[in-house]
Amino acid sequence: MRLKRLAATATITALALTGCGGEKIGATPAPGASAGTAACGAFNLAVNPWVGYEATAAVIAHVAEKDLGCKVTKKDLKEEIAWQGFGTGEVDAIVENWGHDDLKKKYIEEQKTAVAAGSTGNKGVIGWYVPPWMAAQYPDITDYKNLNKYASMFKTSESGDKGQLLDGDPSFVTNDEALVKNLNLDYKVVYAGSETALITAFRQAEAKKTALIGYFYEPQWFLAELKLVKVNLPPYTPGCDADPAKIACDYPEYDLDKIVSKKFADAGGPAYKLVKNFTWTNDDQNTVAKYIAEDKMSAADAAKKWAEANPAKVKAWLG
Amino acid sequence: MAAPSRPRRRPGRPVLVAAVLLLWVAVWIPAHGVHTLGLSPADLTPLHRWLNDVNDTIGANRNSSPVFLYFFNEIRAAVDALVTFIQDLISQPSFGRPVPVLGWLGVVAVVAYVSWAVANAKVALLAAGGFVFFGLQGLWQESMDTLALTLAAVAISLLIGIPLGVWAGLSDRFHRLITPVLDFMQTMPTFVYLAPLTLLFLIGPASATIATLIYAVPPAIRLTAHGIRSVPRPAVEATESLGATGRQTLTKVLLPLSKRTIVLGVNQTIMAALSMVTIAALIDAPGLGKTVIKALQTLDVGTAFNAGLAIVVMAIVLDRVTTAASERARPSGPVPRFRRPLAGGLGVVTAVCCYLSYTYVWAAEFPDGPGLGGALSRGADSVTAWAQAELSTVTEGIKDLITYGLLNPFQALLVESPWWLVGAVALALAGVLGGVRAAVVTAVCVGLLIGTGLWQDSMTTLAMTIVATMLVMVLGVVVGVWMGRNRYADRIIRPVLDAGQTMPAFVYLVPFLALFSATRFTAIVAAVVFAAPVAIKIVADGVRGVSATTVEAATAAGSSTWQLITKVQLPMAGASLALAANQGLIYVLSMVVVGGLVGAGALGYDVVAGFSQGQLYGKGLAAGAAIVLLGIMLDRIARTSSPSKTTEGN
Repeated sequence: MRLKRLAATATITALALTGCGGEKIGATPAPGASAGTAACGAFNLAVNPWVGYEATAAVIAHVAEKDLGCKVTKKDLKEEIAWQGFGTGEVDAIVENWGHDDLKKKYIEEQKTAVAAGSTGNKGVIGWYVPPWMAAQYPDITDYKNLNKYASMFKTSESGDKGQLLDGDPSFVTNDEALVKNLNLDYKVVYAGSETALITAFRQAEAKKTALIGYFYEPQWFLAELKLVKVNLPPYTPGCDADPAKIACDYPEYDLDKIVSKKFADAGGPAYKLVKNFTWTNDDQNTVAKYIAEDKMSAADAAKKWAEANPAKVKAWLG
Repeated sequence: MAAPSRPRRRPGRPVLVAAVLLLWVAVWIPAHGVHTLGLSPADLTPLHRWLNDVNDTIGANRNSSPVFLYFFNEIRAAVDALVTFIQDLISQPSFGRPVPVLGWLGVVAVVAYVSWAVANAKVALLAAGGFVFFGLQGLWQESMDTLALTLAAVAISLLIGIPLGVWAGLSDRFHRLITPVLDFMQTMPTFVYLAPLTLLFLIGPASATIATLIYAVPPAIRLTAHGIRSVPRPAVEATESLGATGRQTLTKVLLPLSKRTIVLGVNQTIMAALSMVTIAALIDAPGLGKTVIKALQTLDVGTAFNAGLAIVVMAIVLDRVTTAASERARPSGPVPRFRRPLAGGLGVVTAVCCYLSYTYVWAAEFPDGPGLGGALSRGADSVTAWAQAELSTVTEGIKDLITYGLLNPFQALLVESPWWLVGAVALALAGVLGGVRAAVVTAVCVGLLIGTGLWQDSMTTLAMTIVATMLVMVLGVVVGVWMGRNRYADRIIRPVLDAGQTMPAFVYLVPFLALFSATRFTAIVAAVVFAAPVAIKIVADGVRGVSATTVEAATAAGSSTWQLITKVQLPMAGASLALAANQGLIYVLSMVVVGGLVGAGALGYDVVAGFSQGQLYGKGLAAGAAIVLLGIMLDRIARTSSPSKTTEGN
């Protein structure tokens, strides 16, 4: 009992003594306090959950903060929810949009809460891919006409007596069931259910030299690690995907674009001009995505590194 | 089939169940493949389209409807204010300072002091150690953000849950009314209501808190009601006969006597709230969940593991503190003499720590330490890499064995049967096992399942659910008996079970995918990891509950260990086995959506896709409802067939 009180007193004294030697809060000015000029103000940037998007958003945020003095708030949101945010005023910009014609119709045409802000310069490709070892060993596998020849190789516990076509990042529209049917392929679509599942499957297939064919897309940081090979489907022609049940052609090339809220566009501030002017190439995005995914840099550091190495491009956006 | 050898006995339940199953196979052989009510993943039914329209209408009217302007917006503002206030205190720079009001030293001191005050010195030490561990992991601010959100959600849960629980405890009618609502709240997948919530309450802390709240409030209500209902009748009657008012009976008798159960409800509410951390991160909830989700985008298992471990530690600390508090809450003797001055002394120490952490940088920001987080990440990475390279051949073999031997035949039976055959089998089983009431509930559920338009997906999911529950029960019995008979085993295994229950599934999905590919079996394994701990704990508890004299008598009579377990301990723990099966099943069902992310397809994938693609929203909602229906149907059949039904008064 007495011992405990003694111990308590000793602790307080010790704490008080050590405390007095430390640096006081507020002795050095807070970092961030000087930033934020009134000209730009707050900028709410949605960050959709994939690395390529994060790379684009990080670079825009970096330039907006450093060169324009904006107060950028990044919000981690799925696409649907980010679009909803235009109407409620919680989101100013989405900076990598993959198609989403249904959302464009709903929010740009019907609710009139969003407006398009031009292309990011990135080209999105969706299709069927095989790991590089397969393309090397079976060169003709990249033509869809030969897929039936190899179907038995792709059998798994999930696909019964057919070959497995691994599908399904649930965020993307897929025509694969119709494609398999209309191209008379001896395959069954199996839904992996997440990008994580797809990447892990390709990684294991290459490492263990097992057969795999699946749905994938670029730009994607994983392609820097493993150069997947695209299988050629009948080429896309405008209108060939008009009737979902009868699709027998490849996916269109997506022009990835930027969408901003109507209010944000009407205000026409410097952040809006930056988003509108922003454009770069797939290689640029892959570089920043690689910094984040492979080199494990924080998004902010990755963006800083790229911006410092490419001042001319940044200057063009600010112009 | 041969007639029973002893004609005076009617055929028992097992015989009837076997007969129903045999009949099922007999009809399946000619009839399979017809009336299976399939629907391809991209197709929609009119119901799904209608649900989409409802969702769109709400979105379109958001800014004009008075319900939004004056009701939802007010709630949102209040919840936002609460969360932001707690964040200002412990996690975010606030009041013009570069740091929160309380730095790490102050938070650790307050947590330790509160733990000591409500429980004891041992858990106070554990709590302080756990919180310092967050700092060493390099996750101090993320952990505090998670803590702030959890505290806010728990506080509101209790504010709503305890009064409702008291009401449900006092009124049978209200109890009957709210029980299905609570079932619904606990089994409806969160993915289904995440997007609508951001429409109602906007993106921000309020939506994240309310999403957490929906899942976390049911245990508070249930356990409060249970506590009130378990107060002995004579105590209440005696008070009433003395002329006490209703209010007096409540505050002087009912609440004090049910205090322990209510604290247990607080504990369960905290656990439920923590299990929502990663999902809430999908709508921008700050904290550890974000770290896990971001790491998953680059398949960075190490970083995800580090953050997941912080969630596990936080759960264990909060669990042990509240459990110890509920044990202290037992009415006991006088407070030890020295406790009051000690409380004062420690209070002063805490206050000094708070002052220091308010004033000095070293006590406010956790110093960049030895980088424990980096070491943990690298460790987890190398273990994962090793397992993926060395074990995957073996694990693929196990996967194929179970898939071809058990899952595929069973799924063929369920999925390829005509709907009327499965419906009839379910009705017959419900009637045999549970009686008329269970049969009626089953009939309604079967009808509604067909109504969702997702009958075939429901059957696929049901097949996986049943296989997973069987594996859970095998593990539950084997490990549970071991733990129940051996204290040392219990002490070592229990923290592992806690980790299995609280580690976010997102952390171990990548290694599981590498080991078992994107398959239905991976989904089953993930469900088993989450559901087995609760089954094991319940079985262990039941085995330990078998009276020592019975065990001694059996041993004295010359029973071998095997005989002792199979003839005495397991049969006598029958009620626990039934409860374990029931809880195991519910936990397995709550992993259906996670299963959808790793190759399970069916309902889980429908829900995930509905969350991701606007035009599939209605279908996702219907799939969520189908999961709830499966849960209710299986629960009612299992619950009424459990041997404990005669002993359960309420």
